[in-house]
Amino acid sequence: MSKPEFVYVTYIKTTPEKLWEALTDRKMSKLYWFGAHLESDWKPGSPWKIVHSDGRIMDSGEILECEKPKRIVIKWLNEWSEEIKAEGYSQCTMEIEQVDGAVKLTVMHAIGREGTKFIGAVSGGWPRILSNLKSLLETGSVALESKPA
Amino acid sequence: MSRPDTVYTIYIASTPARVFEALTTAEYAKQYFFGFAVECELKVGGAFVVRAPDGSVHIDGKVLACDPPHKLSVTWNVNWPGLVEKLGETIVTYDIAQMGDAVRLTMTESHERELPDDILSGGRAGWPAILSSLKSVLETGKPLSVKMEPPMKMIAALKAMGVKVP
Repeated sequence: MSKPEFVYVTYIKTTPEKLWEALTDRKMSKLYWFGAHLESDWKPGSPWKIVHSDGRIMDSGEILECEKPKRIVIKWLNEWSEEIKAEGYSQCTMEIEQVDGAVKLTVMHAIGREGTKFIGAVSGGWPRILSNLKSLLETGSVALESKPA
Repeated sequence: MSRPDTVYTIYIASTPARVFEALTTAEYAKQYFFGFAVECELKVGGAFVVRAPDGSVHIDGKVLACDPPHKLSVTWNVNWPGLVEKLGETIVTYDIAQMGDAVRLTMTESHERELPDDILSGGRAGWPAILSSLKSVLETGKPLSVKMEPPMKMIAALKAMGVKVP
């Protein structure tokens, strides 16, 4: 049975401002999110979504907190799988912190139920996305061009 | 026998052979592992040693499984008096797989006994920094400069168990 929480930490050679831009910019998100992109105006209470390259909505929700360039909290619903959507809203918190010569990014994704498939799915997804994000900021290109099977 | 207590997966633009080499050689490890050097005999039963920057043995382990460049499993016992007696064995396993144009590295830390989160907090804080820096070394040629605070919760919990922490 999956735990109701996933936490992933990565350290990136960049600045909090550049990382913030990568986490919130539509064009940049497309580069590390396998062609999907983020859409939001990043204000508390505003809608938020991830849109697949074919136009379908993958995830939707609402910005709960947004403190540039430190912290974002998103109320997050998976729209891709009926089974996972039925588990309801999760909450994703991203924290950015300068640590010495690098920037620490912590992504915490939690759902208020045991035995969730959602947390299993994001446990596979976040390492790919965030590994790509780190490569993009450090080298200008991503590690994985296409989503592995 | 052991439960996976901490799992960390990272994708690296490299080859399985280079990732395996980075995990098992001193020259690479010194760059991404806070100056610590890894020495590994690539055979089951071989020695797995991690030396502190002053040359002292920090981890005195044995190779449990070795299938270059795809798998390495070692006992990861920190060389502090009383630690293994109190905690049981710590096992670290690296699984390396080609995934499209990148390499997926999964580190699994497991323990012979059920341990409290305070003891596990040291590894949970350290692995993301170590493996993020390993990725930077392989992709950019340069490690990250990240000074870590000592894992105070873990050290306090070990002392409370009677382990002699230097």
